[in-house]
Amino acid sequence: MQSLFPLGWGHYLEGGLLIGLGVSLLFVMTGWIGGMSSVFSSTWSFVSTRAFFQQARFVDTRAWRLVFAAGLVLGATVWWAWMGPIEHLQTGIPLWQLGAGGVLVGFGARLSNGCTSGHGICGLSSMQWPSLVAVLTFMATGALAANAVLFLGGH
Amino acid sequence: MSVSKFLAILFSGALFGFGLALSTMISPEVVLGFLRFQDYGLMLVLGGAVCVTLLVYQLAPRILSRPLLDDNFAIRPSLLDRDTILGAAIFGLGWGICGVCPGPAIAALGTGNWDLLVALAGIAVGAYAQGWLKDANQ
Repeated sequence: MQSLFPLGWGHYLEGGLLIGLGVSLLFVMTGWIGGMSSVFSSTWSFVSTRAFFQQARFVDTRAWRLVFAAGLVLGATVWWAWMGPIEHLQTGIPLWQLGAGGVLVGFGARLSNGCTSGHGICGLSSMQWPSLVAVLTFMATGALAANAVLFLGGH
Repeated sequence: MSVSKFLAILFSGALFGFGLALSTMISPEVVLGFLRFQDYGLMLVLGGAVCVTLLVYQLAPRILSRPLLDDNFAIRPSLLDRDTILGAAIFGLGWGICGVCPGPAIAALGTGNWDLLVALAGIAVGAYAQGWLKDANQ
């Protein structure tokens, strides 16, 4: 256990259960599937007139997706105020990695129609095997990239 | 959107965001530690979330005739084609470079981790590029 989870394991499991509760509550109350990457396409529909972003699946869901995203910020703020450090959180990951990685994350997740929450949580919980293939794919390329970055001198 | 619906969605999101923060998934270092085989906590987070959600996704439509505040239970589109695989591969590459995925990029705003705004902006740009390219290829 110590070697698998050097930082302990309880907070991982508790956090995961809470994430599941959030996605589940959304489903029971509204019937909606709470993957997070779609909000990055649906929000563009407010400002872009492009046919892609004006599809019903984005326009019709953009309001609740934004409210759901605001909830994520709120929940993290409550954690910070209640259990977090006094200072704001920081990361030692260089900005170039955050920016370049982010662009690939946004492009890839939208092309694949799902991310760690969309394919990972919602897709697997819907017992959809295409999502399992997607999860195994992004974990493999993720491990490849993370180790390559380290090998090349990044953080 | 009714007030009750607004509050239900906001509270659902807040549980999600609190869970992301509690499980330290909003820290890119922890995510990269998983992808470098140093800490397998992410599997517990994903596993825990799937256990709860799987149960509710399967049971709720059998027990309830409709969601409490709406008419229908949505079904997630399920498709295995070139885009699903290629997109997942590209997403993974980016994830391994920055250690940030869409949920944590949003939740991190609530903890004042301003550097992650760069990742958030990157994701927004990438999502726009994907839509733009799809349009151009139509």
